[in-house]
Amino acid sequence: MSAISIIFTALFYLSLAVFLIGMARKIYQYTVTPAPLKIPTAPTPLTQTGVVMRMAREVVLFESLFKANKWTWLFGWLFHVGLLLVLIRHARYFWPGDLPEIFLLVQPFKYAAFAMVIGLIGLMGRRIFVERIRYISAPSDYLMLIMLLIIGISGAVMTFTSNHTDVIMVKEFASGLITFSWADLPTEVHFLVHLFLVFVLMAIFPISKLLHVPGIFFSPTRNQVDDARKKRHISPWALKQEQEHVVKLDEALGKDE
Amino acid sequence: MAAKEFDIPVLPTYLEIPEINEGVMEGDGPFKSSEQFQNPLGFPGEKVDNWQEVAIEKMGELKSKYRSVQVFLDSCVKCGACTDKCHYFLGSSDPKNMPVARQDLFRSVYRRHFTFAGKHFPKLVGAKELDDEMLDDWYNYFHQCSQCRRCSVFCPYGIDTAEISMAAREVLDAVGVGQKYCNQILGKAITIGNNLGLPEPALRDTLLDLEEEIEEETGIAVKYPLDVKGAEILLITPSADFFAEPHIDGLIGYGKVFHEDGVSWTMSSYASEGANFGMFIGSYDIMRKAALRIRKAALDLEVSRVMVGECGHAWRVAYSFWNTLTGVGAGATDEYALKLQNQLDSRYPQPQHIIEYTHDLIQRGKLKFDKSENDDRNVTFHDSCNVARATNMGGIPNGQFILPREVIKAVCNNYVDMERSTIKESTFCCGGGGGLLTDDLMEIRIKGAMPRMQALKEVEKTDGVNTLVAICAICKSQFSKVLPKFDFDPYMIVSAHQLVSEAIIMEKPQTDDSVTQEAEEVTE
Repeated sequence: MSAISIIFTALFYLSLAVFLIGMARKIYQYTVTPAPLKIPTAPTPLTQTGVVMRMAREVVLFESLFKANKWTWLFGWLFHVGLLLVLIRHARYFWPGDLPEIFLLVQPFKYAAFAMVIGLIGLMGRRIFVERIRYISAPSDYLMLIMLLIIGISGAVMTFTSNHTDVIMVKEFASGLITFSWADLPTEVHFLVHLFLVFVLMAIFPISKLLHVPGIFFSPTRNQVDDARKKRHISPWALKQEQEHVVKLDEALGKDE
Repeated sequence: MAAKEFDIPVLPTYLEIPEINEGVMEGDGPFKSSEQFQNPLGFPGEKVDNWQEVAIEKMGELKSKYRSVQVFLDSCVKCGACTDKCHYFLGSSDPKNMPVARQDLFRSVYRRHFTFAGKHFPKLVGAKELDDEMLDDWYNYFHQCSQCRRCSVFCPYGIDTAEISMAAREVLDAVGVGQKYCNQILGKAITIGNNLGLPEPALRDTLLDLEEEIEEETGIAVKYPLDVKGAEILLITPSADFFAEPHIDGLIGYGKVFHEDGVSWTMSSYASEGANFGMFIGSYDIMRKAALRIRKAALDLEVSRVMVGECGHAWRVAYSFWNTLTGVGAGATDEYALKLQNQLDSRYPQPQHIIEYTHDLIQRGKLKFDKSENDDRNVTFHDSCNVARATNMGGIPNGQFILPREVIKAVCNNYVDMERSTIKESTFCCGGGGGLLTDDLMEIRIKGAMPRMQALKEVEKTDGVNTLVAICAICKSQFSKVLPKFDFDPYMIVSAHQLVSEAIIMEKPQTDDSVTQEAEEVTE
């Protein structure tokens, strides 16, 4: 194996490890941190089914964002859906051996790259030209978009222009990462940049605003059932506090019979 | 600082998003609390020497106790969806009044002290140190947030600036930089029982006067019972209802409805306050302490129902938090809450809103109205932020929007809604909520009222609206003050139960107080 292949192979496992461990830690943190009070925001679901529906609309359709701003919604949604479809299509590279027929269905997803790039350009445009959004943007907010743009554009260049890379080789490299039968990777610059930035993205996922991905599922204003009067909702720390202060409570409440 | 001169916003024909003007609302913030008000709440009397250390430690504690804080601090992608949603930004154009920028005052410190990127690359991710200047900004701008949660409706992750604002105020209190208005009031509420510091004899006198007044006017002896043991309903209402205009006309309305229903009810001199400013300063413990007085009153008076008067955040605390804090509600499994819940009548929602109660009586045909009594009024309804975005009524989806409107429409003929994007879950705050209802914050209160005033102006033009109904004591007080600044009649703001009071046909000439008397005998 070439030195560059060894480095990229190592980088893959490193960034994957950072991603998995970092996300596990974050998700664990979100799981153990209680939401001591009922704070769902209107329009609130009154049942658990309602919460599932609400969350589905948020995650799939970006419902709240749609209410807030149609342009941001349009570009944001295009980008996310584009990214998702493109990611699904990438499964072909990790699949060891011949592809099952189902992959034929996924083949047209390559055009989603355009949706992704258009979305990103739109979002970047808003960040630069809308005064309010410019005001709240930090360098990392621009960098994130630039990085995703480079990933998207370099990918599209490989797919749609004559700058193809050797996909057979890519597949051997990628599936080799999964099956631990490591192989060389193509060394065209745009491919290496594409791959490297994806690794970077994975590594910074748990330490950046990309945490909005798990965050939405843990957001108490979105994932709580509005049933405070029907069910007593109490956090472990509050219950403990209540129990440990029993004596004090008796003083405050008068003696219970 | 309160006397700073400023321009009252001109009402635009359409609500426009202003260009940002940095620093317009910079300042020292509201009057600071002193030792006298801080200490009884367990806060240091003045800014402590090692305040940075204390503050960072407190931030760490809060983010481990509240998932909202932790998740909201991490999740914001700066998409800008919230930037044009805050009434204080729309009215003042200060960019730090954009919800995300307000949160970023807190988030930038979080990043600096609690995240890898912020510790090692602060410039890159906009992480900042908590220095004197930042703390001043916190104090100023977190007291320009009414915790109305409008931003949270539009955020793709549901990030609620109210949660961040409460956390920031908690940190401020922990380092000894508290707000005078809230903390002074809380001191009264948890020692005397109401925000006004009205002791039992004064309260009793006020209620007796009210009874006389109503009897003189209507010839009917509507009673306002206080501390009646064994009554069925305990009414918890904001103390503003006891004396201030237009609030008291709402209280008159409640009394008339109870009278017509013939139910026995009482108020408590020990827990004579519905408002709970503990929520505004973000303190779970103090909010609970205030709420415990209501629990004790319910137990002592042996009531079977707890009802809440017209008050926005009181209803949020009651509806969403009481069951958690004190066990007023249902479905408890722990011994502590079960005790109370066994006493309460499970056929009724506990606690119940006075609007739910009146609405139910109307539905069952128990109340008769002469709607023409309100024919001089063209009415619109202001959804109070806490009721609209943080509670429910009637146990049906969006009941908090439906029930008040149905009650109003049952008692008056001319009703019209304001522009859809300014009501219901998208309602604009009155501008005075969240502990901002103090004269030293008049500038932000007036500017923050602009979006609501603009929507009101529109229906005034199109439908001749001359009456604004609200079911929140803060809204009523705030509107009384700011309406004239925008060329409205300050008396156009009324309680929903004032309209009920004016239209209700009193069919019971004498108080049916046999139940009450019986109850009193039991006490003796």
